[in-house]
Amino acid sequence: MLKLEARAAPSQLMTVASPLLALVLTAVVAALILAAIGQDPLAGLRVLFVEPLTGRRQVSEVLLKATPLIVIALGLAVCYRANVWNIGAEGQFLLGCVGAGGMAIWLTTQGIVLPRALGVTVVLIAGMLGGLLWAAVVALLRDRFNANEILVSLMLVYVAQQIVNALVFGPWKDPQGFNMPQSVMFHASLHLPPMLERTRLHVGFAIALVLAALVTLFLFRSFRGFQLQVGGLAPAAARYAGFSARSALWTGLLLSGALAGLAGGMEVAGPIKQVTPYLSTGLGFTAIIVCFVGRLHPLGIVAAGVLLSLMLIGGELAQSRLGLPNAMASVLQGLLLLILLACDTFIHQRLRWTPSRKASA
Amino acid sequence: MSPPRLQLSGIVKQYPAVRANDGVSLTVAPGQIHAVLGENGAGKSTLMKVVYGAVQPDAGEIRFDGAPVRIASPAQARALGIGMVYQHFSLFDTLTVAQNVWLGLDKSQALPEVTARIREVAAGYGLDVEPERPVHTLSVGERQRVEIVRALLTQPRLLILDEPTSVLTPQAVDKLFVVLRRLADEGTSILYISHKLDEIRSLCHHCTVLRGGRVTGEVDPTRESNASLSRLMIGAEPPALKHDASHAAGPVALEVQDLSLPTSDPFGVALAGITLELRAGEILGIAGVSGNGQQELLAALSGEDVRAPVGSIRLFGQDIARHGPRKRRRQGLHFIPEERLGRGAVPTLSLADNTLLTRSAGVGRGGWLARGEVAALAERLIARFQVKAGGPGALAKSLSGGNLQKFLVGREIDAAPKVLIVAQPTWGVDVGAAALIRGELLALRDAGCAVLVVSEELDELFEISDRLVVIARGRLSPALPAAEATVEQVGTWMSGLWDPAIPVEGRLAEA
Repeated sequence: MLKLEARAAPSQLMTVASPLLALVLTAVVAALILAAIGQDPLAGLRVLFVEPLTGRRQVSEVLLKATPLIVIALGLAVCYRANVWNIGAEGQFLLGCVGAGGMAIWLTTQGIVLPRALGVTVVLIAGMLGGLLWAAVVALLRDRFNANEILVSLMLVYVAQQIVNALVFGPWKDPQGFNMPQSVMFHASLHLPPMLERTRLHVGFAIALVLAALVTLFLFRSFRGFQLQVGGLAPAAARYAGFSARSALWTGLLLSGALAGLAGGMEVAGPIKQVTPYLSTGLGFTAIIVCFVGRLHPLGIVAAGVLLSLMLIGGELAQSRLGLPNAMASVLQGLLLLILLACDTFIHQRLRWTPSRKASA
Repeated sequence: MSPPRLQLSGIVKQYPAVRANDGVSLTVAPGQIHAVLGENGAGKSTLMKVVYGAVQPDAGEIRFDGAPVRIASPAQARALGIGMVYQHFSLFDTLTVAQNVWLGLDKSQALPEVTARIREVAAGYGLDVEPERPVHTLSVGERQRVEIVRALLTQPRLLILDEPTSVLTPQAVDKLFVVLRRLADEGTSILYISHKLDEIRSLCHHCTVLRGGRVTGEVDPTRESNASLSRLMIGAEPPALKHDASHAAGPVALEVQDLSLPTSDPFGVALAGITLELRAGEILGIAGVSGNGQQELLAALSGEDVRAPVGSIRLFGQDIARHGPRKRRRQGLHFIPEERLGRGAVPTLSLADNTLLTRSAGVGRGGWLARGEVAALAERLIARFQVKAGGPGALAKSLSGGNLQKFLVGREIDAAPKVLIVAQPTWGVDVGAAALIRGELLALRDAGCAVLVVSEELDELFEISDRLVVIARGRLSPALPAAEATVEQVGTWMSGLWDPAIPVEGRLAEA
């Protein structure tokens, strides 16, 4: 019979191979699903995984969508490594949209025209503050009342959506907008500069890459980052060493909140350019998957962010080209995460074939 | 002649990294008290798990009463008549004694029946166990009695005891031995796992010695000396310590003044009026049965618990009661906890990274880490304290208990502390490493450091301490010069008998 047994040391090979194996298995299961619903599996896989990479414009769209995923997941990685489970990045993202959007609407309607670099910076900082404050609510409730951060952060997502609604259906509604629930378009000086001509890809992607490098430095080269992770790996050791659990809680939540807020700011000042009720598309939740597929490591997160973005866009294409249900993209995301977790079993364990014992007894 | 009760031949158990049992054979006669002696990691526990069906051997044969058997599970072992008392109790704190025992039995009996049988068996063997009491109100000795009664209820023909005395006072050990001898006289065979030589020599009829998973000797322990047994166990006689008693203690380094601390955990122990003086250049030993407030006292001294009232803990005259561990460390107070993995070290981090828990070598300006310096410190510790490890990059959890302890003790000693607090310095450590660690502690004392050692091993405390105190039920006894203390006196004190403030029923329950 097959037996699962513990390895003496975690397998280096499987640590790297597990995400790739999971990706292949996800594609196999996707092909089976496609065949089951009467589609040509190969053509379906092509639309899902290859088509979004054919051509400059398509690639730029993949990177555009990957940008907020990467930025949010970088913050979450710090948080999760500190053993703080912020799953409300979607809410912090929305409050980032509110912060950045509010600043941009105010500048636009007041007719204040700043140099582009300054204008964009001010808007993005307002977005970061929005996300940071929303995460601070979670940190405060956890610190002061020991409220479970998983529940609080998740429930605040729904509050955040209502705040966005209240603003765009109310005070922020564009007076010249034919009563549509949306704000004015931001002034051109507040739009994120494009990174690639004639595409929607903006400098946010470059910012995401710089942030990945900074988070790498913080996690692996700073004493602060070290302390934070000890708290996550072995809380008793952190207490023994005298590393503050409170400080890890606040650092993790404020950082992930600020980065989710930044991602929100980059969305409204990037492709959307106004505040609408439809900002929440689940990026904050998808970023959790990005975080784990990327092994909570900044470089892995960049790769995983691009991969998940590819699957999201592939899903949209499959919907328009093949008439597949739009749930296909979510199904694939879920599959990828589940299969990855299953594959991770083999990092610490291995399968061994042992002859059946019944005969020998 | 009746067949042996238990006969093991050629038992092999291979774990991924280690061959825990390598062709072990052993024969237990009916009514025999059979010791299995070996160091931590010699394969004793694995062998017992094989006998009790908790682990399946890769090869070898087990015969019980002469018939070959395959023991697939503990339930099957119990059905055969094998009972086991584990070193770590498996009792639910919130349930009563009877409920706990009932859980482990087959469900055909009603609780009142079980309660009656517990009374019967307990009375028959002179084990005072009150079935209606919730387990969390019991002392460790009482809990062990519950485990023994639980095993006896199944009327075992073979009883396995895994390190049963590690949590008992010397007096409680004597009581246990009376029960065990009676069981043996009635024909029950007993497998007695231990690494305590004196106990084995006074209790057991036969002794199988294990080293590195193999049998290295089969002897009659009553005819052996401690030295000859330990030669079989470790392959060498333990090196003698040089103990220089002719030195004078210096000024008071650490002072605890009437420290009382309510417990923060429902099953913890509250500290009551702890007063303590630790001088530079002396080793003060704190003896006591585990779970009597050691954890709580150590947490208050190390700074992991900063609830101590202002002024109750002073370091060189300065109040440190509210200082956290890092601040205390900067003032020269270092601490080595009992749990090495998870508290003293992060299991999944390298030795180099683990130096950062208590040392600041490699933490540069602005809080950036200089990896090279961190690794160099780890390298130095590995060399200086003879740690067997793959290098500074080796994960803490990849080291054996003894080697990790050498590294952790080294990490604090190398910091040149003024006050060092150590919990269970040689617990689970092989004899060679234990001698090295004790030697380092003595050297540190001779260099003028104030050393506080908390240990459950009385022998160890008598060996290295200058003065001894005893902790029981969160109270601290007066200090005794180690040279004047006797095992009997310290043993009596371990049940709290120095202090008239402790209620009488408490004394009886523990003794």
